[in-house]
This record gives sequence, structure tokens and C-alpha cells, in this order.
Amino acid sequence: MSEAFGTAVQLLAGLDPKLIEIVLLSLRVSITAVVLAALLGFPAGAAIAVGRFPGRRTLIVLLNAFMGLPPVVVGLVIYLLLSRAGPLGSFGILFTPSAMVIAQTVLILPIIAALSRQAIEDAWGEYQEQLRSLGASRLASALTLLWDTRFSLLTTVLAGFGRAAAEVGAVIIVGGNIDGVTRVMTTTIALETSKGDLPLALGLGIILIAIVVAVNAAAYLTKELVQRRYG
Amino acid sequence: MTNGTILPLRLHEVCFGVGSRAIIERISLEIEPGPSTIILGANGAGKSVLMRLMHGLLSPASGRVEWSGSERPGAPRKQAMVFQRPVMLRRSARANVEYALKIAGVPGAKRAPLVREALEGVGLSHLASRPARVLSGGEQQRLALARAWALHPEVLFLDEPTASLDPSATREVEAVIRAFDAAGTKIVMATHNLGQARRLGDEIVFLDRGRLVERTPVEQFFSQPQTAQAAAFIKGELPWTG
Repeated sequence: MSEAFGTAVQLLAGLDPKLIEIVLLSLRVSITAVVLAALLGFPAGAAIAVGRFPGRRTLIVLLNAFMGLPPVVVGLVIYLLLSRAGPLGSFGILFTPSAMVIAQTVLILPIIAALSRQAIEDAWGEYQEQLRSLGASRLASALTLLWDTRFSLLTTVLAGFGRAAAEVGAVIIVGGNIDGVTRVMTTTIALETSKGDLPLALGLGIILIAIVVAVNAAAYLTKELVQRRYG
Repeated sequence: MTNGTILPLRLHEVCFGVGSRAIIERISLEIEPGPSTIILGANGAGKSVLMRLMHGLLSPASGRVEWSGSERPGAPRKQAMVFQRPVMLRRSARANVEYALKIAGVPGAKRAPLVREALEGVGLSHLASRPARVLSGGEQQRLALARAWALHPEVLFLDEPTASLDPSATREVEAVIRAFDAAGTKIVMATHNLGQARRLGDEIVFLDRGRLVERTPVEQFFSQPQTAQAAAFIKGELPWTG
């Protein structure tokens, strides 16, 4: 055990190229997925927060429920869609990083949409009369609220990133864990652990946790700083 | 005149309630241009709700709220409202005023001088770049007034604008309200502060439990109230107000 830990530290200290490659692919996939999910989730969250339409409450309940989507199920559904016989099979992107991005986007979209909906709706409660008094349309109000809740939305992005970076079920199904192509931190940890290669698994585990902690610390500090400045 | 006036405002038998509880009961009232109108009454008398009905933030359950002129689409609303607790956007004081102009459809190039004039008018020019939400309560309320000022409304509704302010901030806010009045803006203000009603008002609209009880010029209201409810209210409130 301590031997494995020692080797893990060596891999980290020596910036092992294989390890670096895996880390970079992980970041690329998860960050792309977070950006896509935010681009879709923020407008959706704002629309649901400010809009009044039939089925709104059902949508909110579903969205909240989907925050806990099991990654393997998302992976399975995306797999079926992208597989050769599936409706999107002609794109031929199964077992590529693109497929992994799609799966993670689907996985974290409900998280970002649901959390931003909550933040924006809280702000709407506070701003509504003032904005209506000024004559702002619902669309203008939604855009104003998106900008005014920007610090809270940062937190929702991080929640999404944390979930994407840490999940293994979806990426392993649609990515296939192909060495040098679709192998990311979590899938490598799963594979290497089952093979008994603990140092690499452990090294990646350390990096994964360090990244998530660092990102959240940075976000916490940013939020604290800007909130003190902007109130 | 290109800008038709929207006054007088007429309320016909306006009712409003929440659930089975009536908040406003059959109020008929005409608000004319000119004298500052103070809506006076105890907490829960329905002052805020009446203002919101007039301003269009609430719709009456029955009855009608009619303005004489219509708003021109794409132009600033001819009425503005300042709330008890100002809502400031997370941006600078200057940007908050500019936002109101942008929403009102004022083209970008015309906004800067209006913003400057409005901030000067309320004495906040030196804080223009400060984030609005870290200003003090009194400064935020004056900024809310600047936001209204920039729009040059014909009617300004004020809902207990100094209820959460200390005396010196209250004086500053009252000075700005007087400036609005001097500039010809029709003031409609809700308050339960008798001193303020006397300082700023020309006529009193007195509400008691959702009903319009009396409407009297200020001097007469305080010297010879027409109704027992108003007399009781004046007597009950006086010891605590300046």
C-alpha cells in the first residue's frame, strides 16, 4: 500500500507523460461538457424561473429529480443513440471524446439548469416589482437576472464540473476506455484498480481530488471577493 | 403638445383581496395633476396595495383603474415608483440609472447626460462608480430616486420611502422629493408618518382598513379631521412623529 503510494508520488513528481495525457483529456471532456451545459442550462433556468407556462411545476420537479441521474443510465441511453444502428449512428462518434462530452453534458445539464433556476427565481422574487415598474419585459428581466446572479451561477457551474469530472459510468460506456483515445482519470482508476496497478490509479485519484478542491477553493474565494465588492 | 398627459387617474369601485381577505374595498378616487397627494393610514390599511393598483403592479379584483392618456410604446413610462426598500442591481450606481433608461428605450448616446443630471440632482455624483448594493440605505433610496428622475415621469409613486431610514437620510430623501414636486412631477406618496405627510403633502387621502375614509387638504386634515377614524389616527400617531 505504502509502496503503491510512493510510486504514485513518483509518477506525479516526474510528470509521467501517460498520466499527463489522461489528465488533459479528462479536463478537456469535462470542461467542454460544462461549457455546453451552461450555455443550454442558464437560459433554460432563467426561462423556467421567470416564465409562466403550463407544466412549469412538473418541469421543475423533473429537473430537480434529474439532478441525480445515474451516470450509467445516461451512458446507456447515449450509447443506444450513437451506436451504429441508433438514430445518431451515422455520425460515427461512439467511442470518441465527442461522445463522452455529449454524455456528460446530458448528465450535468439538469444540475446547472435546476440550480440556476433556483438562484434566478429567488432573485426574481426580490427584483420583480422594480423591474416591472421600470417596464422591463420578461425577456429583458430574465437577461438582467442572469447577469445579476452571475456569482451564484458560478457555483452551479462548479457543481456541474465536480459531477462531470468525478463520474465514471457514462464516459466508460460511450467512450469505451480506449488507451490513448478515450481514457480519462476515472475510467483509468477503475481499470487499473481492477488490474492491480495501484500506483497509477492512486496517482490519478490524488490529482482528481486536488483539481476539484482547487477549483472549488478558487470559486469560493472569487465569490467572496466579488460579493464583498458588489454586495 | 407631443407628450399627452396621463392624468387624471381615475379609480372606480376598486376592490382587491387575497384569498377571502379584502385589502382594498370599493375605492373610488380621482388623482389630478398638481397637489402632492399623501396616502395616509395605519399599517395594514392598504396604502401599499392601493399604490400598486394605481401603478399597475397589481390588477384589481373588480373595479377599474383608468389613466387618461396611454403610454407610448418604446418611450419611458410616464409613471415611476420608488419602493420602501430599493432594489439595486449588482452594478455601479451610474449603471443602475442607465439601466432604467435602457429599459425605457432611450438610445445609448442620449443616456450619459441624463444619468449625470439625475445623479447630480440627488447628490450622488461622487458615488457614481460605487457598486450600488454597498451604498447605505439612504444613498440607495436617493439612487432609486435618481433612477426615477432620469425618466422624467409625470407621476411619481413613493411607497413609504423613508420608513427604514434614519432622520438625516430621511431629510435628504425628502429634499429630493421636494425637487421632484418643484419640477412639476405629481407626487403620490404613502406614509404613516404624520410629520412627513405635513411637510410634503398638499392633500391627504386617508385609508382605514381598506376603505377610503376621507380626502382633505393637509392643513384642514390636521386641524379639523372630518371623520372620527382620522381624528383617532392623528391622536394616536402624533406623540411619535416629528
